Amino acid sequence: MEIAYVRSEPAEALPPPTSSSGPIGWLRENLFSGIRNTILTLLALYLLWLTIPPMIQFLFIDAVWSGSDRQDCLGADVGACWAFVEARFPQYIYGRYPIDERWRVDIFFFLLAAGLIPMAIPRVPYKTLNAIFLLVIFPVVSLILLTGGDFEIGVSWWLALVFTLVLAEIIVLLPALLGAVPFAERKRPATVTLVPFAALALIFVIMGLDFGLREVETSLWGGLLVTLVLALCGIAASLPLGILLALGRRSKMPIVRMFSVIFIEFWRGVPLITILFMSSVMLPLFLPDDVSFDKLLRAIIGVAMFASAYMAEVVRGGLQAMPKGQYEGADALGLSHWQKMRLIILPQALKHVIPGIVNTFIGLFKDTSLVLIIGLFDLLGMVKLSLVDPKWATPVTPATGYIFAAFVFWVFCFGMSRYSMFIERRLDRTHR
Amino acid sequence: MKKTVLPIAIAAAIGLSVAAANAATLEDVKSKGFVQCGANASGLAGFATTNDQGEWTGFDVDYCRAYAAAIFGDPSKVKFTPLNAKERFTALQSGSVDVLVRNTTWTMSRDTQLGLNFTGTNYYDGQGFMVRKSLGITSALELSGASVCVQTGTTTELNLSDYFRANDMDLNAVVFESANEAIQAYDAGRCDTFTTDASGLYAERLKLTNPDDHMILPEVISKEPLGPVVRQGDDEWFNIVKWVGFALVNAEELGVTKDNVEEMKNSDNPEIKRLLGTEGAYGEAIGLDNDWAAKAIAGVGNYGEIFDRNIGPDTPLGIERGINALWTNGGLQYGIPVR
Repeated sequence: MEIAYVRSEPAEALPPPTSSSGPIGWLRENLFSGIRNTILTLLALYLLWLTIPPMIQFLFIDAVWSGSDRQDCLGADVGACWAFVEARFPQYIYGRYPIDERWRVDIFFFLLAAGLIPMAIPRVPYKTLNAIFLLVIFPVVSLILLTGGDFEIGVSWWLALVFTLVLAEIIVLLPALLGAVPFAERKRPATVTLVPFAALALIFVIMGLDFGLREVETSLWGGLLVTLVLALCGIAASLPLGILLALGRRSKMPIVRMFSVIFIEFWRGVPLITILFMSSVMLPLFLPDDVSFDKLLRAIIGVAMFASAYMAEVVRGGLQAMPKGQYEGADALGLSHWQKMRLIILPQALKHVIPGIVNTFIGLFKDTSLVLIIGLFDLLGMVKLSLVDPKWATPVTPATGYIFAAFVFWVFCFGMSRYSMFIERRLDRTHR
Repeated sequence: MKKTVLPIAIAAAIGLSVAAANAATLEDVKSKGFVQCGANASGLAGFATTNDQGEWTGFDVDYCRAYAAAIFGDPSKVKFTPLNAKERFTALQSGSVDVLVRNTTWTMSRDTQLGLNFTGTNYYDGQGFMVRKSLGITSALELSGASVCVQTGTTTELNLSDYFRANDMDLNAVVFESANEAIQAYDAGRCDTFTTDASGLYAERLKLTNPDDHMILPEVISKEPLGPVVRQGDDEWFNIVKWVGFALVNAEELGVTKDNVEEMKNSDNPEIKRLLGTEGAYGEAIGLDNDWAAKAIAGVGNYGEIFDRNIGPDTPLGIERGINALWTNGGLQYGIPVR
């Protein structure tokens, strides 16, 4: 038998036919795989054709990019009036903050970025220092920068501080006072308890110092500044409060549980608008004449309480998703309640509910625009207010203003959403 | 039962606070060093808006500045609290603001039941109609059968049907949820006419594609006297706010303007002398300096100047004086004499 030719190596694979590879293949597979899909694709393309080109036409091609008043944005085929946004841009960022004091807001924005960005990137070291900066130094510095500092810290504040300190120390030393353990054993916890009080006292002193900054009342704040201040305070307060409330609601202690349930159900059962209205309209009637609460502070407290209630329910969902074995395992290791929560339960539970937490944050960020109804001007409020100015009133001005506000809100919310997905993937150790 | 308890509780709370807030506002203002003024939070074109620099400007805003000027000689010694329609009266009752100048319509119930006092009318507003010039209509009475764009659920809608019924005309109302939608529908040609308060008509007209193709009919079909409001029970402060308003109108009647107020002090006209405080002690009687009116006029100008600067024919709004002209010119603005 003669073997004419035997191939000693496999032939090189031919590329798949062009009809099933490359862009054409992708199109065939994903967009035109059947009659139904083809119809849907064509319909979608038609809808895009109807909306996208006019939008681009309005936003960019026909848009007015520079001008000094409404005359420049008038005409039959005029698109977005960006000149108007340009003229009002500083107000959208700073509100009515005095022009020659705006560098203080700039520093606030810079410090915020300087604290948040390294915190958000997992590779960057010194996370503890970073957290201390973000949670202690940054709020104090911002408060002094933005308001002007020089607060009157009355005697009552100091008395309250000393009183709480004494109370805390008594609680810490109680076992020793009762003779159950020797004093030496409680010495360390007693010293540790002093630290936060010393920090608070230091903050009080700093707050009372006069840095020579001009006072800027919160009624002058506005725009993105107010949006960010409200959202940041809400976010910073709602996560820890929400976790505490969720733990409280699952606690076996009846008073703690009842308090948590009442708190959560009260704040969750009332619309945010009602809370804001109560705080701005009813509260002043009940307070004595000379006591006035800052409007922004009232709004911050309202928003934070509201968000905490929602956060508590999100976190509770995570706690309930934890298998019983995790609790029992922690108990078997002999961990205390707080150790169990801190080391075993919460890290797992919180990881499960990251989408829910971020959802609440995004909702909170957008809800801040409701403060408009109590006469605080967040970004959207500032945009709305500027639309009234007869100097710029044209048929296209409102659309332009709203598009700008929507874009800014979208950038922030989309950023939060993407970052949360990144964190989720990073923490996802089990289901890979 | 429930229905009655709540209003009583609220009324009691308001009553309490009114009693508490009776303290002398003038002293309070002097010690603070500024007048706290309630302004329109959502803004009203020409009456209270912010300019590109972020400062408050407008017709109502200038009234606030006039009070500050009369008291301190400095129109900038004023702070504004942006208030919306719902919270404005509470803010005044609770003492968060000293005076409310926020295009507030003077009605009997507001004047008598809320613990407030209206100090006069700084702008006579009322509902009007806007039509295309091309229609060739000159009076609202010719609108029978015309389609009318109107915002629903407002007194505007009620006034409209009252007016058409009273004049035996056919009404064809096209209602919209917001004023913005209504004006856009009118612009798109869905209606022959658009109706809202006259001051608002001028502002909405600017949002039309070709504002010059539209005109506002002379008829005003409802009464909306807008004026500054103070708390009841502090007559000294009430007098100040009331008389600064009169002084601005008197100044226009007498030809005293922001620019000539200093030289007018040498005038021989006894009326001018009394107004500017070179004769008599009228300022002392209301707890201010005798040149209180001169300071207010030097700060913001007379009534006509305030009008022209913010909403008059030379501004984008282009509102004619109409019924807000001086009584000597056939309008309703009438300065009560200083003597």
